[in-house]
Amino acid sequence: MFDGRDPIYVQIADQIKADVIAGRLREGDQVMSTTQYAQTYRINPATAAKAFAELVDDQVLYKRRGVGMFVADGATTRLRGSGRKEFFTDRLDPVLAEARDLGISVADILAHIHATEER
Amino acid sequence: MTTPTASPPEVRLRQVTASYGSTTALDTVDVTFPAGAITGLLGRNGSGKTTMLSLVASLRRPNAGAVLVDGQDPFEDEALMEQVCLIRESGDVLEDEKVAVNLRYAADSRPTWDAELAGRVMETFQIDPTKTVRRLSRGQRSAFGTVLGLASRAPVTMLDEVYLGMDAPSRYAFYDLLLEDYLAHPRTIILSSHLIVEIENLLEHVVILDRGRVLVAEEAEDLRTQGLQVTGRGADLDALLPTLAGVTVLATRTLGPTRQATLTGQPELLRAAESELRAAGMEIGGIDLQDLFVHLTGRAA
Repeated sequence: MFDGRDPIYVQIADQIKADVIAGRLREGDQVMSTTQYAQTYRINPATAAKAFAELVDDQVLYKRRGVGMFVADGATTRLRGSGRKEFFTDRLDPVLAEARDLGISVADILAHIHATEER
Repeated sequence: MTTPTASPPEVRLRQVTASYGSTTALDTVDVTFPAGAITGLLGRNGSGKTTMLSLVASLRRPNAGAVLVDGQDPFEDEALMEQVCLIRESGDVLEDEKVAVNLRYAADSRPTWDAELAGRVMETFQIDPTKTVRRLSRGQRSAFGTVLGLASRAPVTMLDEVYLGMDAPSRYAFYDLLLEDYLAHPRTIILSSHLIVEIENLLEHVVILDRGRVLVAEEAEDLRTQGLQVTGRGADLDALLPTLAGVTVLATRTLGPTRQATLTGQPELLRAAESELRAAGMEIGGIDLQDLFVHLTGRAA
């Protein structure tokens, strides 16, 4: 946990976004509080608070005063939309670069994709 | 007379010099420990950490400059000193008295003492209150230091490598207790430690001392974004490194034909360098606080 190049608060925000995209967190679900998050992951509460503030800014979460933080309506669709673009640049491009290094042809990759889809 | 403040105080050293005979322990130091934050005070042995904490705790006076707690000099200000708690590895306890007697003494001298918390920490570390401090094992002595530090609930709490004698499970139990109690009762906390990897995520702020001077005083998160590690073919990396703008090479390591370099720089410049290096097929990794600390202060002792 938290060993990437990005600041920890960015990694926390990314993890929560990934949970929303995958449906592990659904719209209207209550997420852990800053306090619970800090304790669970043994991190400074200011770091956790910064992550949650960013998620509220990005309209992934919203705050209900005195109750807690919840996944915002429409968050899944919005995140999946921006996630689709990032999938190609952040995920697929490095894989394709690795395939090139390994000498795997585009035809081989396509054949594998089709075979996987038919399973 | 100083009335206790509701919000935790800021601790500030202004142009502070402290020396022992001809040895200068701190040399015109300016540094702020932000109010209500957990700050890591890092430095090699003899860098001036303990001297700095002793000044804040009013155990000694600076030769020049000012030590300010909540904007005021704590020296001989009893009300202000009650708000400041320093626990050193040596313990500062009555060795030949029972643990229970030491607890009573701490409770009497600390207006913010929490007996319930003291009991809970004592139980976590299974410290026998009927033993004298001298009879405790090294780990239990350290653990007893953390009991005194946590239960004092002092608005300024400083722990000077107290938990070094504890084994790993006990240290993690201590980190959990510290975080839990800090969340419930925010205060200004200064942790000095060699075990940077274990505490780095607990820190909001970091101060690095080197030979009596402040090398770094920054938000922990900002510090992490100022370094990266790159691995690539030696010749390729050697050709690329000098072309990167605003980036300092802290260290390089040759691993056969590949080379690994540790770089620092302003976050934006480093980000630009990172994309260039990635585009050239280099592998990029993060740098943790421990690496940065070793590189910044590293000379063989």
